[in-house]
Amino acid sequence: MTATRRAPRTLEGRRRRSGAINAHAPAHRGDARLAWILITPALVGFLVFAAYPTVRGIYLSFTDFRVLTPPTWTGLDNVVRLFGDSVFWSSLAVTVYFVVLSVVIGMAISLMTAVVLHRLTSSTIVRGIIILPFLISGVVAATTWSWMLDAQLGIVNQLIEAITGEPILFLGSRAWAIPSIALISVWKSMGYNAIIIFAGLQTIPPSIYEAGRIDGASEIQMFRRLTLPLLRPILAMVLILTVIGSFQVFDIVAVTTKGGPANASNVLQMYIYEKAFGQFDFGYGATMSLALFAMLIVITFMQMRLMRASESDTN
Amino acid sequence: MTATALGRPAAPAPRRPRGRSLRRFSVGRGIAWLYIGLVLLVTVFPFYWMLRTALSNNYALVRDPASLVPVDFTWGAFARVLGLATPEQSLAEGGSGASIELGHFLLNSIIYATVSTALIVFFSLIAAYAFARLRWRGRELMFSLFLAALMVPGILTLLPNFVLIKELGLLNSFAGMILPGALFSAFNIFFLRQFMLGLSEEIEEAALIDGAGRLRVLFQITMPMTSGPIITLSILGFITAWNDYFWPLLVTSDDSVRPLTLALAVFKQSSPQSAPDWAGLMAATLVAALPMLILFMFFGKRIVNSIGFTGLK
Repeated sequence: MTATRRAPRTLEGRRRRSGAINAHAPAHRGDARLAWILITPALVGFLVFAAYPTVRGIYLSFTDFRVLTPPTWTGLDNVVRLFGDSVFWSSLAVTVYFVVLSVVIGMAISLMTAVVLHRLTSSTIVRGIIILPFLISGVVAATTWSWMLDAQLGIVNQLIEAITGEPILFLGSRAWAIPSIALISVWKSMGYNAIIIFAGLQTIPPSIYEAGRIDGASEIQMFRRLTLPLLRPILAMVLILTVIGSFQVFDIVAVTTKGGPANASNVLQMYIYEKAFGQFDFGYGATMSLALFAMLIVITFMQMRLMRASESDTN
Repeated sequence: MTATALGRPAAPAPRRPRGRSLRRFSVGRGIAWLYIGLVLLVTVFPFYWMLRTALSNNYALVRDPASLVPVDFTWGAFARVLGLATPEQSLAEGGSGASIELGHFLLNSIIYATVSTALIVFFSLIAAYAFARLRWRGRELMFSLFLAALMVPGILTLLPNFVLIKELGLLNSFAGMILPGALFSAFNIFFLRQFMLGLSEEIEEAALIDGAGRLRVLFQITMPMTSGPIITLSILGFITAWNDYFWPLLVTSDDSVRPLTLALAVFKQSSPQSAPDWAGLMAATLVAALPMLILFMFFGKRIVNSIGFTGLK
């Protein structure tokens, strides 16, 4: 990651230089007025659709808001309810299970694909093909896979039946629902992650490996001692994007199982949606959103620490 | 920074020292190619399977579900999802008798994705210029405020934004779908600003001295020089908007503005549980994926580079 660390320094220098030039030129007269005009749309968007909803979301989570009537303040009622809501806890558990599965499998396959690709070929065609699933919507991916995983006619089950004699109820059984959804999500995002890791691999100077080879390091040692540490900022970023994305999984679940069978794949986002839009229990939906939000913030800060830690050891 | 990151891929690869041992044939290399082959197969196969199923007769699928070529070849599934088949024809081929008029939803998706991408990239561009080139009090403060928004996951604002759109009376409208994401994107602003800071200021200053106004400099000098990142953000924004499901699901209940993703999900759910119209469903998914596949054919390399390079920001 030398590129990212070097860049700001030169930019800083450039800015300083131009500052010196402009001290004598009237070029920046009127800048302030124009600047405020130029950022007005962004500022309005930020205030109206980001800042205000955030504050309002926090407020609504302490009310019994049901959309049709004005919210009344109920204090910590929703929080108390949250702690006693077994469906919430089971959907949290289901979500965490899904996140762990998709992150572990997804990261492992993406990293392996990126490393192998990097060693074999820099062909854009190969890289292009592996990002194809990223381009299509979760709805398309989920529909296609629910056909391929279909218990009777699905091609995957045709194969499995030919081998074991027994089809697997991928999306219809408690045990398989979440693993199946995780596999669809891994299929969809693997190429995207592999491309980002691949780009990271290309920023590692070959001389580092040359030095490693001279010191007598084996391929595996070089991967563990050189590649992994140098890739850590990129891996941390991919990891965090995957975790945040997976925690908010919705479309694949909505199309394949709708949370079933018997809540076995009822992820948090699904449950929040159902509470807010199925039962119009907006206040409680907001409380759960806030809880999920808090968890994601904690994860984001952990990621930032990870990134910082990795920067110090490349220096 | 950006230019080198993009230009680098092809050049050093053949000369990489650690690659040398792999240039010759070896067992390891064979296994590696096998692995890549498998990855490519798993990636591409579902697309082929969509096509194969879409060109099959839905009743005939039952007869030979594992056939690698279309069973009882017919264009019927495409005809019925595009509303070109009569109900009788559709029933005869295993459809439900209802067509979903994909053309209409396709148009909605095009409007939604194009307008929201164009707006957000434009507004981010002008804001980025203010942050990169203009001097004004409050710039640093405003920039850090915007950056803080990068760390906030969307989940908290979803429900309140829905309530807001409802209060504004914008449910079931393109404005309601587009507006919340059309004005402000911390990532886009940050990304474009970083790029602009790396551009030489001399040309702009020369133009200013020659009497060009700031806005003219922005649109006639800076914007063309920023075309690479602009295209990157447009492609990524378009893909995201095209595939968006959750937000349109919240704010629309009316087919007049609903995008294709929603229509497809509804079509999937309305397909009978006992005997789903898989051929029709796969024809519909292909139509829904087609614009992305076309985009891919024209900009494949660009998309690959865009993704790699957003990761290196």
